[in-house]
Amino acid sequence: MDYLGDIQAFLPGVITAVAGLVVIVIESLKKESPLNFYVTIVSLAAALIVSVYSLGGELETAFSGMLVHGGPVAFGNMVILAGALFCVFISEDYLKGIGHYYGEIYALLLFATSGMLALAGSNNLITLFVGLETMSICLYVMAGLIKDEKAGAESALKYFLLGAFSTGFLLYGMALIYGATGTTSIPEIGAAASTGLLFLAGAALLMVGFLFKVSAVPFHMWTPDVYQGTPTSLTAYMATASKAGTFVAFILVLSRALPVMEGLNWQLVLSVIAVLTMVFGNIIALVQDNVKRMLAYSSVAHAGYALVGLSTGTFEGYNAVLYYLFAYTIMNIGAFGVIAYYERNKGLDFNQVQNLAGLGFKEPLMGVSLSVFLFSLAGIPPLVGFVGKYYVFAAAINAELVWLAVVGVLASAASVYYYLRVMVYLYFREEHQPITLFSPTLMYKGTIVVLALLTLYYGIEPVLPSTGLMEILSGFGGYDAAASLAP
Amino acid sequence: METLLNIVIYLPLVGIPLIILSKNETTQKWIALLVTTITFVASLPLMFGFDVANSGTAQFVTEGGRLIENLDIKYLVGLDGLSLLLFMLTTFMGPLVILSSWNSVTKHLTGYWSMLLLLQTASLGVFSSLDLMVFYVFFELSLIPMYFLIGIWGGAGRIQATIKFFIYTLVGSLIMLVGLIYLGYDAGAAMGAGTSFTTDWRFLSSDVYTIGLVEQTYLFLAFALAFCIKVPLFPFHTWLPYAHTEAPTAGSVVLAAIMLKMGTYGLIRVCLPIFPNAFMEFAPWMAALAVIGIIYGALVAMVQKDVKKLVAYSSVSHLGFVVLGIFALNTVAVQGAIIQMINHGLSTGALFLIVGMIYDRRHTRMIKDFGGIAKQIPVFTVMFMIATFASIGLPGLNGFVGEFLILNGSFFSELYNNKIFAILAASGVILAAVYMLWMFQRVMFGPLTNEENKKLVDLNGREIGLLIPLVVFMFWIGIRPVDFTKYSEVQVTELIEASEEKSMAVLEQARNEDLPNWTTKLYDVDESESQLASTK
Repeated sequence: MDYLGDIQAFLPGVITAVAGLVVIVIESLKKESPLNFYVTIVSLAAALIVSVYSLGGELETAFSGMLVHGGPVAFGNMVILAGALFCVFISEDYLKGIGHYYGEIYALLLFATSGMLALAGSNNLITLFVGLETMSICLYVMAGLIKDEKAGAESALKYFLLGAFSTGFLLYGMALIYGATGTTSIPEIGAAASTGLLFLAGAALLMVGFLFKVSAVPFHMWTPDVYQGTPTSLTAYMATASKAGTFVAFILVLSRALPVMEGLNWQLVLSVIAVLTMVFGNIIALVQDNVKRMLAYSSVAHAGYALVGLSTGTFEGYNAVLYYLFAYTIMNIGAFGVIAYYERNKGLDFNQVQNLAGLGFKEPLMGVSLSVFLFSLAGIPPLVGFVGKYYVFAAAINAELVWLAVVGVLASAASVYYYLRVMVYLYFREEHQPITLFSPTLMYKGTIVVLALLTLYYGIEPVLPSTGLMEILSGFGGYDAAASLAP
Repeated sequence: METLLNIVIYLPLVGIPLIILSKNETTQKWIALLVTTITFVASLPLMFGFDVANSGTAQFVTEGGRLIENLDIKYLVGLDGLSLLLFMLTTFMGPLVILSSWNSVTKHLTGYWSMLLLLQTASLGVFSSLDLMVFYVFFELSLIPMYFLIGIWGGAGRIQATIKFFIYTLVGSLIMLVGLIYLGYDAGAAMGAGTSFTTDWRFLSSDVYTIGLVEQTYLFLAFALAFCIKVPLFPFHTWLPYAHTEAPTAGSVVLAAIMLKMGTYGLIRVCLPIFPNAFMEFAPWMAALAVIGIIYGALVAMVQKDVKKLVAYSSVSHLGFVVLGIFALNTVAVQGAIIQMINHGLSTGALFLIVGMIYDRRHTRMIKDFGGIAKQIPVFTVMFMIATFASIGLPGLNGFVGEFLILNGSFFSELYNNKIFAILAASGVILAAVYMLWMFQRVMFGPLTNEENKKLVDLNGREIGLLIPLVVFMFWIGIRPVDFTKYSEVQVTELIEASEEKSMAVLEQARNEDLPNWTTKLYDVDESESQLASTK
């Protein structure tokens, strides 16, 4: 066996896992050492650089076919690691500010990231499960970080119970699929796929597990409470990186293990769920007064847009989803970052949208950046959110799902209202009482500004770093559902 | 010259960082004024260097590389006969808009000037882009600054007004986006040569590319909806009075003079050459809506108590004329529609400026608060009178030229084939005289009863200076319209001919296809067959 080659193939995951161990060791020697932060930053940046360099390659297997790397996986890794890195930059200040800074956070974050990387690169249901659980268990702990408050405890318990429940579905699905096909290797499952009841039930349960993790309606119930109770900077991490990892794994399973055939038309199922997710997510978000809950429902809706891309079942659609994850990660971390900043100011509960009144002018850089992120989330050009939506809906239209695209754009038109509402308070209304905002640190400001500039840059120049969009999937090696449907 | 066009489009953006960096409020004002003035001056060579005889071909074209090899979305800007005048109107209004808010806006000035400059670039981009995807991006971008302009610096009901404006127009343009993507794939397949998607207007409008009747119907409706909301055509006009009334003066001026034109411009630029069959088939329906809009807008304007709201409803009425002219589809009417777009920009822009000036002095716009102020402020009265006459279409002023051409063209329009449209629309001219003159009389003449009005001061140098250029153009277009209509004449003639040929080609194709029943009925496919047979 070529151990060195295997390790090189999973290098980003190895780097983050080792860094996680290092952080634990440092923490045990000296409580809350500033070194933790630097180790985390450097390791994530190194892993990010590795994955950026492996962009555009072919999809290849490693560890005796347990993992895949390159191609879409490299791209997914890049999104996950970029998300983690930005979240760490935000968390350092934020967690200290709210008085819940623990050195172990970084270890948890690194282990979760490493789990996501394994999840995104899994070529076998076993690795998929291990990756998913590594990620989830770390996230359960993060959700309960504010343990002295009701919301924090509720968040962790809810996430854990419902998460365990969904893992049960996933595992049961895997067992049934194994029973039907006699293998856990994803490509071999694809080859042995049948329309027997056992296989169909297994595929359905597997999908339920995935849909739970990406918070698609009707499996979204946990999202608002968990997002609200989790420290905001870690909510950003949960909402972006973990979704990116899950979606990449979902794409790999759909495209390689579940060919579309007579009697197994998951396209229709997914498009129906996409519609439900977009419509419900956006409608419920309309009436939220708490910005974090609003962003939670908005993230449900965004999962719906990504599902539109998945339900096309074409390479173009999968590509669009990958780009969407990239766009969503940048703008959503930015939005959560600014919200986290407002939240830390004293005097009022700044998670209530009404209390943001008139704050946009106080710290102009933060206000303008938040506006950029919100316009981008709403899908207004020339921002990256528009490009993401464009690719997704274009894929749907090209796959002759015009109705789905129409529902999607109408849902996103409705979503504009609640994004605008935040800006209405930020800029159009007068403050209730004189409030002075503290000035964020240079690092915090810098992170937000970089995210805002990226949001703008990739909106104007909508091609991915170092690779053309279409090239990502050149090495996909999976089923193009549209092609396999053709007679 | 290609570089100059790009400089003109993006110069306003350069002003934004300068304004943010300078802390002094006076400096900021001057930077904004200077940048827009330079933009205007720099755009003049484009007008003088424009080849009038070849107005059908895009000039000063900058063509960027394709986004991705087989995805033909690219940065593509240039000017032709359809866009030149609107482009020039936009650069011309720039400094006037800045001057109009010289002293009247007091809070958050950095943001204010930045938003006006961003809006300027977005509008210039809309009128100069020749790739529909780029057009769409600029079209949407223009919403953002206007949203803030109304929301932050607007009147008491500004929040509702701006949200309604934003979402209403966005719904339309999102439907258009779906249509645009569908169109792009369809055209990409037709283009071949490894292209899967294209939104190059030059290809879409050429006779090489035709769209089947079924797709044309849906696509036309998707695009027309977005543009009709923007115009706004009755019954999609409900956002307009709110937005206009609540917007600050500068916002109203830009909205009326430039942003509404994006809708009518889109109808000519996109709907006519790309979906000619649907365009012609729906023409009587659109004309009917336009005529309803003309009369309805005028009647509602008549009963307004607020001068600004009155002017806003008069916009609904005036833009009805423009739409009527566009769908009449003969050279006279379309030429009239194009010049009327400019006229409406000048005269309604001037009216909003004048309303803003009186509001700055008295902080009210209610007709009943005024009366008998003509003697008090004579210069104001003269300016107001000229703008009023221009708006109602008095011969010798610009409004007459546009309305005459439109009514003339629609009277003889083969598409409408019914003189009732022109006849009813003509009544709108009379109604315009009624509501404008009645308002003018109540505001300016009669006994001076309100004590407060005795303290009114006349226009100062800045205000006169910013109205004079508008007045000059009102007379110029009224007396020598050919100086302006010449720019679009060749292109309009070519465009109409090409569209008619294209529609015949599509119909001929349709005869050999198995189409759904409603299509054959709607487009008279069988009848056109017999027509063809008889001509042969």
